[in-house]
Amino acid sequence: MTVSIDEIGGEISLEADSRRRVFLTAAGLVALLALVALLSLTHGAVPVPSGRVAGILVRAIEGRGVDPTQDSLIVIHIRLPRLFLGMMIGAALAMSGALMQGLFRNPLADPGLAGVSAGAGLGAALAIVLGDRLPQGLAGLGSSALPAAAFVGALAATSTLYAVATRGGRTSVATMLLAGVALAALASSFIGILAYVSDDRQLRDLTFWSMGSLGGANWVKVAALAPVTALMLAVAPFLSRGLNALALGEAEAFHLGVHLERLKAAIVFLVAMAVGASVAAAGVISFVGIVAPHAVRLVVGPDHRALLPLSVAVGAILLAGADVLARTLVSPAELPIGVLTAAIGAPFFLWLLMRRSGGFGV
Amino acid sequence: MTSILSARQVSYSFRRRPLVDAVSLDVEPGRMTVLIGPNGAGKSTLIRLMSGELRPTSGVVLCEDEDLARFSPERLALRRTVMTQAIQVSSPFLAHEIVRLGVDGIGRVSARERARIVEQCLAAADALHLAAQPYATLSGGEQRRVQFARALAQIEAARTVHDRQALLLDEPVANLDLPHQLALLDAARAFARRGIAVLAVLHDFNLASRYADVLALMNKGEIVACGDPASVQRRDLLSEVFAIDLTVGTTLASERPLVVPSRWLSEG
Repeated sequence: MTVSIDEIGGEISLEADSRRRVFLTAAGLVALLALVALLSLTHGAVPVPSGRVAGILVRAIEGRGVDPTQDSLIVIHIRLPRLFLGMMIGAALAMSGALMQGLFRNPLADPGLAGVSAGAGLGAALAIVLGDRLPQGLAGLGSSALPAAAFVGALAATSTLYAVATRGGRTSVATMLLAGVALAALASSFIGILAYVSDDRQLRDLTFWSMGSLGGANWVKVAALAPVTALMLAVAPFLSRGLNALALGEAEAFHLGVHLERLKAAIVFLVAMAVGASVAAAGVISFVGIVAPHAVRLVVGPDHRALLPLSVAVGAILLAGADVLARTLVSPAELPIGVLTAAIGAPFFLWLLMRRSGGFGV
Repeated sequence: MTSILSARQVSYSFRRRPLVDAVSLDVEPGRMTVLIGPNGAGKSTLIRLMSGELRPTSGVVLCEDEDLARFSPERLALRRTVMTQAIQVSSPFLAHEIVRLGVDGIGRVSARERARIVEQCLAAADALHLAAQPYATLSGGEQRRVQFARALAQIEAARTVHDRQALLLDEPVANLDLPHQLALLDAARAFARRGIAVLAVLHDFNLASRYADVLALMNKGEIVACGDPASVQRRDLLSEVFAIDLTVGTTLASERPLVVPSRWLSEG
């Protein structure tokens, strides 16, 4: 068992190689994000040239306020919050997907497929329909009741899913996906009951939640979602090592010094919070959580220290980009973004299933 | 020297069935302790109890006079390393990335040292040439060697903060060809000679006899004999525990027992 110098050199360059690859990917994603942001601000029912957008942004950043032209109002009060909301929701959903895939030790886990979004949607629907039935004095609670209810719904769905699908540290793909189907069916049946007892306005709201849209974006929603996204980004680096170790199995992760119960609780809480907040702000948007981490894994591999932050970037790009398409494809009308992500994501998911038929892979 | 891990009258029951029954065992530094016994004797359960993964139903496992139950997972990882029987990796890691999992976050190791430990341990497990391969594409035996390298890497990283370490190996040579079985056990023994306490489950009588400094024979949850291989591998005892007629001899070169099924000696 002698070791040649060449082999040792090769081993060191392996690490440097993967670092370089992560760095290049990150740089590429930042450039792509900037491009999507520019497209998002310039395109829509009313085109605003990029020079004009730059002028408006510089003026706002310098604190000289918003000049009262139509372009300025569109960019500052409609497109900018919409861009931020799209990026944050994309980031939150992509991170949730990556976290769930790590927790379930399965690359097919996704908040949408596994019924977590449906749980959050049910919570939101309850808040929409029953919120109006609250006594007059409590009407002020309405705005905070919706995100809270979505969070509770997502938390209940994630916990149930974990309890059902994971036995003795092993998750069966089939059980997880079927449990997700059951949870989604349960949620949609309750939403159906709620639709039955709701009035016209509530019915319109319900339809909006189930399809997902960034159409209602405003600075209030951006401000509400910002702390959630910030918390996720701040906590994620501390979960990377545990998630990497978990790839070996629960017992093995424990032997490597990972506090399993703490890790699981943190992930379930973060996923419920992110999905709850996303659903409250923009309704149910599926497949971002599965597409983004997969794309990243294909390029830089499964190490969560790179996977989590890069998935966040890809998720932000995907959703902001999908929103540009949603606004321009049938302009001046608009496609619901959830419909668009599903149209792109579902075939991708089928392709993944076909690729995986040989055993486990990406 | 005192033992690093020691089981004191440890029992473990699952659904009222005792899997391990009042076992006491000391795992001492510098020695290779080997567990043998028939399937279902409780060997793996004992490993899981001594690693802190399972809590005893009664009795106590001590790590240098402190109850193992009081250790956090982080502290445990700095004192003992475990290689379990069946490891399924759920992410498409490369072999060297698997080994690095043993070093990440363990002890005080610089990036340069970490790369050195990963290489050294891959080499010790004769898996350096597999470093850049996807783990999933390796054969069963190659995967075992990479996992062994990972276990060695954890020991090396943990040694940067604590001298006294235990290495627990549950059937480490399963799926390995004979040369690699010998190489792996040589490497484990080399670690023992450097002051690590090694506890390994083996199924092959002759490997156990060759490599054990202390041999413990388990049956039905109990340790029925413990000592040097010659005192444990007696014909009457082994034949009774394994319910098969065995013949025990020695080679001319060594006192260590050689065990074969008796019928091999009479068949044509």
